[in-house]
Amino acid sequence: MTPQSCFMVAAPIAPGQETGLRALLATMNTAPGAVDPNNALVPFARFDRLHVARFVILHDETLDDLRLYGTTFENPPVWLVFLGDCDGPAEAMLAEFAALAGAGLTRIFGHCEGFSRGGDLLAWMQGRSVTPATQYVNWVGRTVRQIREEAALHAALRDRLQRGAAAFEAQSPLEVHRQLAASVRQDGPPLTPPAPTPFPWLASKIGNMIGVPLALLVLLPFFVLGAPFFLWELRRRETSDAVIVPRPAPEHVHSLSVLEDHDVTNQFSAFGIVKPGRFRLWTLLFIFWVLSFSTRQIYTRGRLARVGTIHFARWVFMDDHRRLLFCSNYDGSLDSYMDDFINKVAFGLNLVFSNGVGYPRTKFLLSGGAQEELAFKYFLRRHQVPTQVWYKAYPGLTTADLARNTRIREGLEAQTMIEAEAGRWLAMI
Amino acid sequence: MATPNSEFADIQGLLWSGYGSLKQACFLLLRVTDAAAARAWLRDVSESVATVEQLRREHVGRAMQIALTADGMRALGVASTVIDGFSAEFISGMAGEEGRSRRLGDVAASAPSLWRWGGAQEPHILLMLYAEENLDAWHLQIEAGLGNGLAVLHRLPTTDMGGMEPFGFIDGVSQPRIDWSGERVPGTSADLEYGNLLTAGEFLLGHRNEYGRYTDRPLLDPAQPGAASLVVAEDDPARRDLGRNGSYLVMRELAQDVRGFWRFIAAQAVHDGDRIALAEAMVGRLMSGDALAPTRGQPIRGVGPNELDIARNQFTYDEDRDGLRCPFGAHIRRANPRTGDMPGGRQGLVTRLIRLLGLGHQDLSEDLIATSRFHRILRRGREFGDRIDRQVALRPDAPDPRGGLYFICLNANIARQFEFIQNAWLISAKFDGMSGEADPLLGNREPMPADHRTDGFSMPQPSGVTRRIDGLPAFITVRGGAYFFLPGLRALRYFAAG
Repeated sequence: MTPQSCFMVAAPIAPGQETGLRALLATMNTAPGAVDPNNALVPFARFDRLHVARFVILHDETLDDLRLYGTTFENPPVWLVFLGDCDGPAEAMLAEFAALAGAGLTRIFGHCEGFSRGGDLLAWMQGRSVTPATQYVNWVGRTVRQIREEAALHAALRDRLQRGAAAFEAQSPLEVHRQLAASVRQDGPPLTPPAPTPFPWLASKIGNMIGVPLALLVLLPFFVLGAPFFLWELRRRETSDAVIVPRPAPEHVHSLSVLEDHDVTNQFSAFGIVKPGRFRLWTLLFIFWVLSFSTRQIYTRGRLARVGTIHFARWVFMDDHRRLLFCSNYDGSLDSYMDDFINKVAFGLNLVFSNGVGYPRTKFLLSGGAQEELAFKYFLRRHQVPTQVWYKAYPGLTTADLARNTRIREGLEAQTMIEAEAGRWLAMI
Repeated sequence: MATPNSEFADIQGLLWSGYGSLKQACFLLLRVTDAAAARAWLRDVSESVATVEQLRREHVGRAMQIALTADGMRALGVASTVIDGFSAEFISGMAGEEGRSRRLGDVAASAPSLWRWGGAQEPHILLMLYAEENLDAWHLQIEAGLGNGLAVLHRLPTTDMGGMEPFGFIDGVSQPRIDWSGERVPGTSADLEYGNLLTAGEFLLGHRNEYGRYTDRPLLDPAQPGAASLVVAEDDPARRDLGRNGSYLVMRELAQDVRGFWRFIAAQAVHDGDRIALAEAMVGRLMSGDALAPTRGQPIRGVGPNELDIARNQFTYDEDRDGLRCPFGAHIRRANPRTGDMPGGRQGLVTRLIRLLGLGHQDLSEDLIATSRFHRILRRGREFGDRIDRQVALRPDAPDPRGGLYFICLNANIARQFEFIQNAWLISAKFDGMSGEADPLLGNREPMPADHRTDGFSMPQPSGVTRRIDGLPAFITVRGGAYFFLPGLRALRYFAAG
């Protein structure tokens, strides 16, 4: 199995360079929201281990909210971030970018502070790499290659079933399965067997599987002792923290919606400020620690809690933990995404985002918050920033498609199968 | 806190009934040409707008309803600070943004640039006239009384097709039921299962919705002109509620290709019985109105006690998980998937917690569809054009009946209700984990990026080999549409006062 990893390069845009950079990034799209996969700057389609990638300018319009928390954010940098998810190590991905798209990336990053055109691009990018606080992969181990092969398999099987429908109707599901399996062995499409799982990755995962619960166990007595104080302080803050949820301006919403719904999958980038003070930050760090454990050990096969529509997501601290970036790639329109958040995982959203400035009022970190439907939707939309360039390697395919195609392949390769299983397998096609 | 049923006199009758007994109907799309004169007219006619109170009290032989677009409010001189209190999608309008048109599937032949009305030239006022008889005379009288404040942009006459839509199916069989007495507490464990009784706030602004919250609407300072005549907002006692007892009315003109529909079906099946069966599979109901999915023994909240309602609506798709009775992509399965808050319905606390954490799923296809209760609409559509039956439609010399439906629905949150249903359920080629097909009746058949097709229809079979039809043509073209606000009577008088 080839594990996925994520890369992110973040650099402040040099003064006076933002407008030019926006114009340059726009040349990578055929229309706003629709990337040209073969664009001249970073021809994403050439990188066959790349799942998704984006360029985002993090220009936060909500910094004034901090005044309601009695503080300010002086001279905030405007960040350019380049991030994505890939098969195999992220370092190798960045090296590939530098090798195959060096000229384009040089033009892009030339708008950032501290970039020297003659210098080593890869070293510069590595120096500005940022690790997320938590990352989520819908299906750990499923490569771009596998996704494409399995989509081709589904199309081929559907086609063969359709063409032979008259003959297949009279046969038992097991017999149909046998014939289809034989036809794939003979005529393809080809299916590459999974690569061996890298040992260091596996070892670190097992270490994490044992280490985190162990650490939690050791810390448990301290948590029990500290809980009353923590809860008292938490409630004090939850009842007094300013809620800032005005309806987002129509122009802002328009700048976002023009980029959306060109494919079945959409991008989401949101930027906000962590509530000032150590209390919220430490709470957040602890939550991310537990969340990372869950996305590494538990939510690795198609679902993040009850939500199954997210391909990749991550939370990243910026500006020395003062700000938080959330990026995801999800199926459906933003409204259905937010409805899923509210109706299925409100508690999860609250755990993280209630530590952000302005979030709707929560109770004990879990309830309230996202359950304030409109306030929550306004909050998310207001903190969302336009994603200038967004690429996905398999347009038209949702996580549900990918999961179904994988199961079809598993069924095809199954050594033993009973009649009922074969029937269900056929129905999936 | 006042329950919705104590305010029947302030609610337009359309919230209570589609005026099924008033077989004649005509919709007028008006534009304001002179604000003061239009307001004077509105003041006069607001006295004759039918209310729920009237419908409950007496026999009503004819009824008038009035709704306004955001453009209409502006044209009447309503302050923009007031209009800004309405929802963003209402202010922007059905065709106001390309992104919205993409989400609604209003592209290609259904693009707003090709519409007969709406879009570039928004109507200002929708005047709905319903009558038992003599509609024409009344209509003429109404138009004569418009004066110099209003001009008729379009007349949308309707046809009584005896409760059928133009393809020949009984229309409007399933409707959500409003909890008028305000007894229902949303969000309890009862909602883990599908229910059909919904809080009034899902359809009427100013009342609690299914989240137990109030949907945003204009709340005015009582010192503002005209505001004193409005009632106090339940969630903000310092301000007056302009939205109270009003509803958003979505109207779309859908041209239906009746000949094309039956001819396509005839090309798939030779025998008339098979043809009907295929059409019924696409709809999800028999032509008689009964559901394809099996009805179940246990009652569903908000269905019945009427026997016909039980026969037609006491079902969910839990009894048809493989889609063998009703295909997953059938129109009514998409339009209302009848899902509860959590798959598996009511369960013990531990099971519930496990499921909440996403750990107890039976298989990957589970839990793909959102919970139904946040995505329901009251449908109030009417047919237009000539009615021809399928035998006639199949004749080579059959004339085009130019039939269709004025799709009309009421809801309190257009984005979460109408737009969500249209986008995530009806025209989505990915509904319930499927691929390659949109709603068999409503889909526009436009391919998605990377040439993924949307013009299929699949019917799971007991043998396992799904029966698949490809190349469905578009049977429906959108020819007009707009978002209106159907105000309560007090709000209507507020608009009239200017």
